Amino acid sequence: MSINLKRILSLFTAGASCDQSDRRLILSFYLSLWFLLSAAMVNASVNTTGLAVTDKEVTVGILHSVTGTMAISETGSVQAEKLAIKQINDMGGVLGRKIKYIQEDGASDWPTFAEKSKKLLVNDKVAAVFGCWTSASRKAVLPVFEQYNGMLYYPTFYEGLEQSPNVIYTGQEATQQILAGIDWVVKEKGAKKFYLLGSDYIWPRTSNKIARKHIEKLGLKVVGEEYYPLGHTQFNSVINKIKLRRPDVIYAIVVGGSNVAFYKQLKAAGIDPRKEKPLILTISVTEDEILGIGGENIEGAYAAMKYFQSLPNENNKRFVKAFKEMWGDDIVIGDVTQAAYLGPWLWKAAVEKAGSFDIDKVRAASPGIELHTAPEGYVKIHPNHHLWSKTRIGRALRNGQYELVYETKELMEPDPFPKGYQ
Amino acid sequence: MSFVSFRATFSRHDLVYIGILAALLFAILPLFLDIFRLNLVGKYLTYAFVALGLVLCWGYGGILSLGQGVFFGLGGYAMAMFLKLEASDPESTKIQSTPGIPDFMDWNQITELPWFWEPFYSLPFALLAIIIVPTLFAYIIGVAMFKRRVGGVYFAIITQAIASILTILIIGQQGYTGGVNGITDLRTLLGWDIRTDSAKYILYYLCCFLLLVCLVLAKLITKSKLGRLLVAMRDSEDRVRFSGYDVANFKIFVFCVGAAFAAIGGAMFTLQVGFMSPSFVGIVPSIEMVIFCAVGGRFSIYGAIYGTLVVNWAKTTFSESFPELWLFAMGALFIGVTMSFPRGLAGLYSSYVEPFILNRWKQLKSKQNLKVSAEQARV
Repeated sequence: MSINLKRILSLFTAGASCDQSDRRLILSFYLSLWFLLSAAMVNASVNTTGLAVTDKEVTVGILHSVTGTMAISETGSVQAEKLAIKQINDMGGVLGRKIKYIQEDGASDWPTFAEKSKKLLVNDKVAAVFGCWTSASRKAVLPVFEQYNGMLYYPTFYEGLEQSPNVIYTGQEATQQILAGIDWVVKEKGAKKFYLLGSDYIWPRTSNKIARKHIEKLGLKVVGEEYYPLGHTQFNSVINKIKLRRPDVIYAIVVGGSNVAFYKQLKAAGIDPRKEKPLILTISVTEDEILGIGGENIEGAYAAMKYFQSLPNENNKRFVKAFKEMWGDDIVIGDVTQAAYLGPWLWKAAVEKAGSFDIDKVRAASPGIELHTAPEGYVKIHPNHHLWSKTRIGRALRNGQYELVYETKELMEPDPFPKGYQ
Repeated sequence: MSFVSFRATFSRHDLVYIGILAALLFAILPLFLDIFRLNLVGKYLTYAFVALGLVLCWGYGGILSLGQGVFFGLGGYAMAMFLKLEASDPESTKIQSTPGIPDFMDWNQITELPWFWEPFYSLPFALLAIIIVPTLFAYIIGVAMFKRRVGGVYFAIITQAIASILTILIIGQQGYTGGVNGITDLRTLLGWDIRTDSAKYILYYLCCFLLLVCLVLAKLITKSKLGRLLVAMRDSEDRVRFSGYDVANFKIFVFCVGAAFAAIGGAMFTLQVGFMSPSFVGIVPSIEMVIFCAVGGRFSIYGAIYGTLVVNWAKTTFSESFPELWLFAMGALFIGVTMSFPRGLAGLYSSYVEPFILNRWKQLKSKQNLKVSAEQARV
């Protein structure tokens, strides 16, 4: 519809007489003005801080490593986030706006993460960022998110000791992964002696610290605790020590490529996870890692997670089906991938509860947000920005999947600063 | 070093080049870039310090160091330690089990500040440490290597090993160093918030200024007798030795200068980016810095700076446009440059662009001269 502005102007200014067509013209002018204004006002009311939100679209960021050593781990998260965004868009989007994403590559390099997060927040003015994987990358972007008041949905299980107003942690903090798992091996398997093992950085160290305190509280013994640099591939000496000290449980938090060497060498040295002498309990091997390790090498080991691809509930069946339709049949889905999938949904729920895309309002609306459709079952955001979730124990199968052997009855409360465990 | 006169050191060409660079850094870039991009340029420029040092060591002295990240890192860490202590006052760390120490120490069950952190409460000490620690370290490496006539490939491999060792040390001692995460969340310098936009402008200009100072120093060295000796050593070390010079001392000196430049870059990096991590100390970043220098042209101190800017700008642009393919584009750039222009951008300039400009200049001059002589003839 084109409006003859000149004619309208002349009608207003010169007081020219109105005929029928003129009246229609004025009416249409007022109507369009009203539409424009109301649209602007609607947009203004859901977006008072100048985020990248239009009447039809809202822009978010995806920030993971798609190159470098972390790419193999982070790809699943990128796929999950894209799937969630696609599903939300198919349902009509968020507050009537389709989600558009800008993807950036953190390149497995922490300063690059900081640079790209700044770009997303300052240049692109994204309404939320789904991203980061390692603790190091999160620590690198944290000051950026706090300075420019962004919102990060962080998917990985991690060491805790953090509670930023600008992050929603959709993975488990350490106690949610550790305590119930240790209780289970003690109760069900009669474990008394533990050997703690991990890659050398903050997450395995903090997790083992919590595990050790918990084991000692139960009156049981830790017979060894050791760390190896990331990428380490020679575990023979520690395997010899394990044989010597005869623990009931090897508590393993080995990360990334080192896993392949670790489980192969364990098996070669005659420690077969299937015999459970000693039993192997890990919190760092998801279905994604088993792809590299090989199901035959780890068959029989236990993992404490909150999600396994094989979970039998209906939500999960739908999720796995949709995931495979989008990304191919060969794909496996690990714990973190599922947590990444929750990000966009939790954000959508918070935005709709707040009725606004403003970061401050989304933050205020976030505690108490529930998701009944989560593949892991039901989750809820705690006021400390972490999720209530169950701890589950799975036993590794030859085909690279886990079978669920135990889950906690209740949701575990997230406790990033656990008293008595620091 | 004997006294060198200003005219002898800086030809008219040099003054023009320095002028152009200064105009670019101080006026053109700040005018056309927003603060986010300018801050990125500031970050790139901190690598240019390293590239500048490499031109001296590698281009002039023939000493290829694949471990410049060590010095960049040491400088950066010294700055980061000071800033971290300032950010860890008891008030803002009261949530920890031991308030008043850096957060990562608390996470690693360390309950008091290690002795070697104590002096970093003082800014003058930190500033001295930024220069002295890396230079001293370079001196020790230099004495150990060059006095024994270790050079060439062996030296490159050893520097690489040192880079690797230092990374492992930093990552392994995470209670004292922050481990893989590095030292993060740096906020203020003597109460001045370094995260604000105005602070970023000031730090950018400071960085440019320091870079120009280093550039002038580098120019002084290359134009002096020392510079000519370095080139002579590079091309025929034995002859220089037979002429009675102690080759090792010159090598140690230029290696130390390179280290000091890298350290200044590292400290400026920490200030502008707001954290320091072992990912700048290891082998990969060290080699990357050599690549900056190679792309720019390892015989040209201006080339090093432009090379660093071009490569990093390309890296940022490619990775923003093609998050999944950018590494291939970078690979193509490196292969292309080293295959087609072994002397880098500077070589490209001096063999194609400069003769063209000079020709035009001469033509212009001769035309003027013709006019003048024609007028004179008429008179």
